[in-house]
Amino acid sequence: MNHELVNPVPIKHKFFTPGVIVLFVIAINGLVFLMGRFFFGLGAVTNLNNEYPWGLWIGVDVAAGVALAAGGFTTAALGHVMHREEYHTIVRPALLTAMLGYTFVAIGVFVDIGRWYCIWHPLIMWNGNSALFEVGICVVIYMTVLYIEFLPVVTERFIGKVNLPGLLSGLNKLVDKILRLLDHGLSKTMFVFIIAGVVLSTLHQSSLGTLMVIAGPKMHPLWQTPVLPLLFLLSAVSVGFPMVIFESLIVSRSLKLKPEMHILSRLGSMIAPLLGIYLAFKIGDMFIRETFVYLSEFTTASVMFSIEIVLGVIIPLRMFLSPKVLKAPPLLFTASALVVFGVLLNRINNFIVAYTPPYSTESYFPSIGEISVTVGFIAILVLAYRFLVMNFPVISMPGKQTAQPTKYTIRGVEK
Amino acid sequence: MSGKSRREFLKKSITAGAIATGLSSSTLKAGPLNILSPDRMGVLVDTTVCVGCRNCEWACKDAHNLHAGNLDSYEDRKILETKRRPDHTALTVVNEYPRGKYSNLPIDVKVQCMHCDHPACVSACIVGAFSKQENGSVIWDTDMCIGCRYCMAACPFQIPAFEYDKALDPLIMKCDFCFDRTKEGNLPACVNICPVEALTYGPRTELIKVARKRIKRNPDRYIDHVFGELEVGGTSWMYLASKDFKELDFPDLGKNPAPGVSESIQHGIFAYFVPPVSLYVLLGGIMWITKRRKELGTEEKI
Ligand code: SF4
Ligand code: SF4
Ligand code: SF4
Repeated sequence: MNHELVNPVPIKHKFFTPGVIVLFVIAINGLVFLMGRFFFGLGAVTNLNNEYPWGLWIGVDVAAGVALAAGGFTTAALGHVMHREEYHTIVRPALLTAMLGYTFVAIGVFVDIGRWYCIWHPLIMWNGNSALFEVGICVVIYMTVLYIEFLPVVTERFIGKVNLPGLLSGLNKLVDKILRLLDHGLSKTMFVFIIAGVVLSTLHQSSLGTLMVIAGPKMHPLWQTPVLPLLFLLSAVSVGFPMVIFESLIVSRSLKLKPEMHILSRLGSMIAPLLGIYLAFKIGDMFIRETFVYLSEFTTASVMFSIEIVLGVIIPLRMFLSPKVLKAPPLLFTASALVVFGVLLNRINNFIVAYTPPYSTESYFPSIGEISVTVGFIAILVLAYRFLVMNFPVISMPGKQTAQPTKYTIRGVEK
Repeated sequence: MSGKSRREFLKKSITAGAIATGLSSSTLKAGPLNILSPDRMGVLVDTTVCVGCRNCEWACKDAHNLHAGNLDSYEDRKILETKRRPDHTALTVVNEYPRGKYSNLPIDVKVQCMHCDHPACVSACIVGAFSKQENGSVIWDTDMCIGCRYCMAACPFQIPAFEYDKALDPLIMKCDFCFDRTKEGNLPACVNICPVEALTYGPRTELIKVARKRIKRNPDRYIDHVFGELEVGGTSWMYLASKDFKELDFPDLGKNPAPGVSESIQHGIFAYFVPPVSLYVLLGGIMWITKRRKELGTEEKI
């Protein structure tokens, strides 16, 4: 089959709908609590203390955020490194998610660290032994790479259409010229950034797993293992495509577009093997370290671990093996959502549930403030996504004329 | 290649890279100081001697400009009924436990940073604010700290505390082994004030000998275990006790240094930057080949 030409366009749709207004309310509620954090300190808004230094914000906003943005590098690897051009339509939406996702990861770090005005310190104060340092540096570089990868979308949107208001209109020509230069330069060098993005992702996705290794016996043995970095990488790789499908189906629903089932089904058929590898390592690790004994006890840890494995890995794995599931949007959506849920839960388990300090007086549960801020950030992210796809060429309309390959085919490699 | 020379290499290459990007090496710390000097100092805490007078708590606060109050107020033993942990208001606390095999008196245990020989906090700190000094003290540079609290997640003894209630300039706080006092030849404030000499300050190697001698001379009084001699690779502060340390709320830790596993993973992934660079080359190769194949494929079709 010849690959279809794709034509990403800004999607025309009403911005405000009842759902969007609800999102706004959630976002504002989060921002109010966030102000509390900056005016009165972390203790005022969160349930964090000397026993539990890390909570919901690190577990979900940062760790799960990074994992769920894995769609960016997995589709880039598929579409660009492997040159499967038929997948180019999903590369841009996945890239946008990754870009927004990492931006919110950075914001999440910013609000969580106590001395936020020192956030730039790791750039010049280095500690090569620290897994957190490695994660931090990689995330900063990767975020920059994502912005660069997104630039062609911006140039494409404005080239030939620069229209600055009032006095600035004299600059229109100049800006247009700069954009064209930028676009030209980028298309020649983009492959450098695309490969860098994939390498950086594998590095920090795995180092995120190294983070908790140093906590040693504070972490429940069901999760604490020296292969944590590998498990984090494998789970990130296997959640990449499900996240893309999950999002694509939500977006086509909410913007009233036809779901791109022909691509999503084929993407879905690749998920089972990836999930299978992850499951094999997870179970293998459990048997090698003989941690299955903990599953016979009925504790929060054993229950959470079982939910994570059964609901988040085994059931969707079985679903993705069935051709019927791959063809039916509701089933495909359910299976993908389960994988996303599974990885989200895995990160929560690793960073929150598994962590028991030696001197613990009461266990940690996130405060209303922490939950509000996290949910608020997700709402803002969704709103930003909606705004961007309505104003920039991100989503492709199948079957339209004026087709051209996406801006991102890496013209640099063609020569 | 030993871990140490690899670290050296990493440090050098990092410094070189930083200079190349125009940063002077004086503004840049490539990695924290982490010295394991053979002459490092330590403290031996004999919990069979300690009477729980809590004078050390007062002296510690007094030496660190924390609100110390009146020394007499520490005579109130009611506070010993609850178990406390060091925090930003008190860098050391004394907890009391039921009597052991030796005497009828309760056992009192002073708690503070252990000043590990292979400190997890030094390894973990994202900016390298923590350092292990030549005299054994594990201290940290408040100006570098970003407040990420990774040191707290890493410390096996749950020691670093954080000022959660401050909106501006919250600090990480813990016992600093009275670094400023020992630098000038003074004893740590707590050791200095202890009226019953439950705390002995000295070179760590000597302290181990002293501890062993005490156990040998009084096998009835002590259990045969010097806590901190081997735990997590050894600590500068060590304890003697008359009953099992687990019953005194000491964590049950192995002999391996806390940062061991994570550092070897970290250095494995980054060994000379070879793995990331090879991955880059590999992906570049695949990209080029698949591209070629596609082009050839289209040519054939035409
Ligand atoms: S006890 Fe904790 S804070 Fe103290 S040196 Fe060891 S790891 Fe660091
Ligand atoms: S809280 Fe401060 S001292 Fe602790 S790891 Fe983070 S930057 Fe380092
Ligand atoms: S050594 Fe100094 S800082 Fe540490 S507990 Fe004693 S008095 Fe406090």
